[in-house]
Amino acid sequence: MEVERPPEPVVGYSALLKNTTIRFKQSQSQRITVDDLVPGFQNHHPKLTHIAYAMPTSFLDQSSPDAALPDDTGRYGDFGGRYVPETLIAALDQLEEEYLAARQDPTFQSELDELLRDFVGRPSPLYFAKRLTQRCGGAQIWFKREDLNHTGAHKINSTIGQALLTLRMGKKRVIAETGAGQHGVATATACAHFGLPCIVYMGEEDIRRQSPNVQSMRTMGAEIRPVTTGSRTLRDAVNEAMRDWMGSVADTHYILGSVVGPHPFPMIVRDFQAIIGRETIEQSQTRFGRLPDAVVACVGGGSNAAGMFYPFVAETDVPLIGVEAGGHNDDRGQHASSLTFGKPGVLHGSFSYVLQDEDGQTDDVHSASAGLDYPGVGPEHSHWKKTGRVQYRSCRDDAALETFDLIARTEGILPALESSHAIATGMEVAQERGKDEIVVICLSGRGDKDAAEIQRLRGSEQF
Amino acid sequence: MSSIDDLFARLRSEGKKAFMPFVTAADPDLEFTQSLLKALDATGCHLAELGIPYSDPIADGPVIQASYTRALNGGVKLEAIFDMVANTTPQLSMPIVTMVSYAIIYRLGLDEYLKQAKAAGVAGAIVPDMPVDESAEFAAKCRAADFSLIQLITPTTTKQRAIEIAQQTTGFIYYVSIAGITGERTELPPDLLDNLRWLRQQTDLPICVGFGISKPEHVELLKPVADGMIVGSAIVRKIACAHPAEGGKTAATVITDVSDFARTMIDAM
Ligand SMILES: Cc1ncc(COP(=O)(O)O)c(C=O)c1O
Repeated sequence: MEVERPPEPVVGYSALLKNTTIRFKQSQSQRITVDDLVPGFQNHHPKLTHIAYAMPTSFLDQSSPDAALPDDTGRYGDFGGRYVPETLIAALDQLEEEYLAARQDPTFQSELDELLRDFVGRPSPLYFAKRLTQRCGGAQIWFKREDLNHTGAHKINSTIGQALLTLRMGKKRVIAETGAGQHGVATATACAHFGLPCIVYMGEEDIRRQSPNVQSMRTMGAEIRPVTTGSRTLRDAVNEAMRDWMGSVADTHYILGSVVGPHPFPMIVRDFQAIIGRETIEQSQTRFGRLPDAVVACVGGGSNAAGMFYPFVAETDVPLIGVEAGGHNDDRGQHASSLTFGKPGVLHGSFSYVLQDEDGQTDDVHSASAGLDYPGVGPEHSHWKKTGRVQYRSCRDDAALETFDLIARTEGILPALESSHAIATGMEVAQERGKDEIVVICLSGRGDKDAAEIQRLRGSEQF
Repeated sequence: MSSIDDLFARLRSEGKKAFMPFVTAADPDLEFTQSLLKALDATGCHLAELGIPYSDPIADGPVIQASYTRALNGGVKLEAIFDMVANTTPQLSMPIVTMVSYAIIYRLGLDEYLKQAKAAGVAGAIVPDMPVDESAEFAAKCRAADFSLIQLITPTTTKQRAIEIAQQTTGFIYYVSIAGITGERTELPPDLLDNLRWLRQQTDLPICVGFGISKPEHVELLKPVADGMIVGSAIVRKIACAHPAEGGKTAATVITDVSDFARTMIDAM
């Protein structure tokens, strides 16, 4: 088997086993065989064919130990793993194996790259929010415009990749959960593109508050299954999708929408979303000749943030700030800030920070934004919190709503209510910094879907 | 030897099979659960699985889910469940095992969970969201405490993995009859008997079959290859009728209904 040779120092034996440790600049690579690196390796490790260590689209020298995660057991330090019924284990093994093979398959990568370019519209711009910057009076504020992707959010980066995986695994049917509906729309879109039948589980409460997205999904041929259990929001939609998958694993792929759930989902979704951070690094180098001074993203399950942060974690010491939903206030049940107020525990197949009571029952949570209204968070974020690599803050409903208006008026952009949380905190971060510094905020999605709900929340015709 | 090992040793020497009902703790309340456990014991059930209500049970179908929700809506806490169990087990001849999410065990603390369960007279645990790969720490503690940790094997489990799971299991193996969630099924999968026969050759542990079982015909079918049968949703559905919103039968009527059903199943054993 041929691989790309990493730059010096030469990669060692153990590094070869940890697929994610070894990424390198393509320009520095040359064709070599595995046996050149470690003689006889392939004979000892026939499984090596499944291990991707040459990612054609990748780029970075990764020196940070965190870049190597997850480990062989799907853990990010203490967090992650697979707390799921035995019935799902075979499907998770298959998914991991196929994904690792796909990751090193140039055909898969070029197909993905082409779709991201021609169908999704990547790269997404890095945009200078000039009037907002003037208004804040601190560092320059730049938006990474994931809202300009096809379907209007970052979610499509992962659904296109996972739909390709679905085809690769020979599976015939797709299920997904959705909160804000952005992931549902992105999944329905990918499925329509490939002609795959698609079923989306969505909480009744979310169907109500995100109705424009429900219409789009139906138009693209997806079947919406309303979820009436529990809090009738994202968490219950995940439960229902998992239950469907329990009985349909043989022919169905579950396109999970965030970096949550059992291994390998957090890794796969992060890797597909990492294009956000990679482009940001490249664009920063081109525009500024250097990296930003801080990077900010909102955290629901944590996929746009993980995608933005991961390449930075791997390569740099740029400060990273994740923003959780602060809801009404800090009381139990009034927010969705799992990292800020939660404790390590188990939810939806993963060991991570979670909002639970003292018996391990999941708390009902609140956020005005459906996409952040989730009591758990991806395991890698828990690890980044524990190691201190990422700082997590919390932003309340009212600040996010105010920011939504502000951005509409000062920049002519309707940010998603989720992204408005990142911007509100990003503005604070900018104010903490000097004028020649650069703060990049991930504008994860557009806010058209939210306009009606915001109007309802305000109980006025202000819009 | 835990009381579960004793039970199966006895049943084997008598050439008998175990009937194992599942009931949710505190649906509709703990007093009812206590009376029901006593009635099931008196009917001749061999072991009871007590479901600890959990807010996000991904392996459970609508019937058991709804039952957990009813119990939690009633405000039940783990401490009260263990109190009830502690008051009940001395009066039962059948062992009790808890069906409990790892989320709950972890939150309480692995050692603390074991301590409280043992003190309440619980003989073992089934942890449906803790596959064997994640079970090492808890399994070691259970072994040290002579507390059975019953692991699950399913139709999607590879053979090699099934053998590994069997090696890690104590008490009995829970063989999940179908790839899917809990709930009654009219038909059991055609390869179920073959799978069970294969598994029988791999281990001396008792093998009990659950998920989907609801009729005496199922018992007839499985009797030659299984050591026991677990029935959940078919029972929980009857219990639901004790709720004002779901039929509002009196507790006594529901307990009689469930006991009659259990007797029919035991008679088919
Ligand atoms: C626009 C947007 N941003 C953010 C999120 C939150 O998800 P995540 O934290 O996985 O990026 C969502 C979820 O629906 C979303 O639609």
